[in-house]
Amino acid sequence: MILARFLGPRVWILIAAILAAAILVPMANLWLPASHPLHVPSYIVPLWGKYVCYALLALALDLVWGYVGILSLGHGAFFALGGYAMGMYLMRQIGARGVYGNPDLPDFMVFLNWKELPWYWYGFGEFWFAALMVMLVPGLLAFVFGFFAFRSRVTGVYLSIITQAMTYALLLAFFRNDMGFGGNNGLTDFKDILGFSIQADATRAGLFAASCIALAIGVLLVGWLTRSKFGKLMIAVRDAESRTRFIGWRPEYVKLFAFTVSAVMAGIAGALYVPQVGIINPGEFSPVNSIEIVVWAAVGGRGTLIGPVIGALIVNYGKTVFTALAPEFWLFILGSLFVFVTLVLPRGIVGTIDHGWDTLRQRRRARDAEKGEADDAAAVANPAE
Amino acid sequence: MTEAKVIDKVAEEIRALSQPQGVGSAQANAQPSASAPGAGRQEARTSSPPSGMAEPAEPQPRETVVSPHPYATQLREKRLAAEANGRARRDTLLYLDGVTKSFDGFKAINNLSLVIEKGEMRAIIGPNGAGKTTMMDIITGKTRPDKGEVFFNGDVDLTRHDEAAIANMGIGRKFQKPTVFESHTIEDNIRLSLSGPRSVLEALVHRKDEPERARIEEILETIRLTAKRKTLAANLSHGQKQWLEIGMLLAQDPELLLVDEPVAGMTDAETEETARLLREIATTRSVVVVEHDMGFVRELGVKVTCLHEGSVLSEGTLDKVSADPKVIEVYLGR
Repeated sequence: MILARFLGPRVWILIAAILAAAILVPMANLWLPASHPLHVPSYIVPLWGKYVCYALLALALDLVWGYVGILSLGHGAFFALGGYAMGMYLMRQIGARGVYGNPDLPDFMVFLNWKELPWYWYGFGEFWFAALMVMLVPGLLAFVFGFFAFRSRVTGVYLSIITQAMTYALLLAFFRNDMGFGGNNGLTDFKDILGFSIQADATRAGLFAASCIALAIGVLLVGWLTRSKFGKLMIAVRDAESRTRFIGWRPEYVKLFAFTVSAVMAGIAGALYVPQVGIINPGEFSPVNSIEIVVWAAVGGRGTLIGPVIGALIVNYGKTVFTALAPEFWLFILGSLFVFVTLVLPRGIVGTIDHGWDTLRQRRRARDAEKGEADDAAAVANPAE
Repeated sequence: MTEAKVIDKVAEEIRALSQPQGVGSAQANAQPSASAPGAGRQEARTSSPPSGMAEPAEPQPRETVVSPHPYATQLREKRLAAEANGRARRDTLLYLDGVTKSFDGFKAINNLSLVIEKGEMRAIIGPNGAGKTTMMDIITGKTRPDKGEVFFNGDVDLTRHDEAAIANMGIGRKFQKPTVFESHTIEDNIRLSLSGPRSVLEALVHRKDEPERARIEEILETIRLTAKRKTLAANLSHGQKQWLEIGMLLAQDPELLLVDEPVAGMTDAETEETARLLREIATTRSVVVVEHDMGFVRELGVKVTCLHEGSVLSEGTLDKVSADPKVIEVYLGR
């Protein structure tokens, strides 16, 4: 009962649905025979697993954009960094099974004639270390970046531009072979994760379930953050930053905390994404990717918990369908979708439904009040009754 | 003799000198009447400070000088001047002296000196561009002055602190345009403003409790918005938003409230209500009101300072200020 009040029934339905998917989809894929009408084909599992990672990423963006008003156009960078950290672990798992059969060095390093592993690859042979880095590297980058940006009171479009510049700079850096992250080709040819073959249906089902669980935890975390006094503070900073400052809060710390948490969430999303798609390359840092995340959140409804999740799932499903039907038109469709949402549904799908519902309720309440007054007036007019 | 030793010696000397007069550091916060060392000081507190400070106050008995060294004498005189200065501002709540701020060569504030006493309510008037808002920006730490001193509570140098720190010291500011958190309920607006810890961690684990509710209740009573506590601030009328913002300032529990044009755009009834509210607040706190509306200033019935081109033009009761030929010229002339 307390829990229901804490987040509202709708969010609990979403969490229940995500967790149900985490259990039912792998079951329907692994145990139902291919002829069964409810059987989930194997190609669907990693595809929707990917969407679920995108949903977590959109939720992370929503935390900073929807609730604190920081329009980050560089969230793809945190996603990609998390992905690279996971990719490095998966690279080290290949061991001597690479093309060159070198047990100490990944293939691309052998190809570049490197003699030994660079220091920043140390430790990535261990899963726990990689898992830590998945959170630490994006978190640290966001912390340092945010510290300087928010302390200098960079806001609005200027902040958006420098986040975009950040992801672009990382894109260029990761393209370089000298960086030691596989350059243009990135990291790929993964063999197994935690000892399970990455190609196996069971592993993929497991990764799908893990992504769903991560998303559910993400929804809970963002829900808790936004319902706390800190959440009210985030909205206060979004709506009237100077007011917040003049009543004694330091908006830069509020922003910094939200930005860092969001980057860590994006990093985890990236880490779950890489084993399911089997590759991570500098393309993930592309500024366009970061803008797409904004579109997902905007379509679903920013400033709501379930909006970005639904937005990411719908837009990406649409992308899959339309790129199959008419690949050359997809970007036009995406662009017009964004224009349409901005013009017609500025609150996004979920936000618009919420708003409509609120208006309806208010109207009904006003009507009831009016009716009550009329009754009172009648009572006064006929005191005998 | 090192400089530090000289300073120590001089300090000792000063202490010895000032003891019999009863202005030792122990009495720093004593009532002015109990320790008034001379008429010069009283003058310094009530009229504009530079004139009071220019004369190095208390005529100290020169005969008792111990050290004849010219350097020591120089140091001592410096120290005495600083002490006199310190005494002049010690009992003030807000003390601005010789403040200058220019933007691209335009002097928004020009050698402005202003003293607000503890518990005082002051109205500040002045034509557009007189520097009223810039003055508030300087007091609240939004703008750093190019020159001059700004002290709060006698010895806190406000030019060294940022907005959040100054707000937490007890200076609340209401903006010209009502600024409230529109997506929050009135109750939450006040809850966020309540004085208390301002750390992210505290906000994360914060729980609503009874004392907090009682404080919110009290403020809602004061600003007459109890019935609307669950309403979103966005749905309030203009006047109610102004009151809510004043309520948010009260929640901060400030010593000094800076209120910028509280009745702009209000109906007559609302203006009257606002005057009542501010007078009520002024019984326990110091208030500085910047306002254009002369009727409202008259209703407040407090000392008035007229600013013009960044400095004080006239000061006194409203009748005195409005009879001042300089003020008349600024408002009507040219």
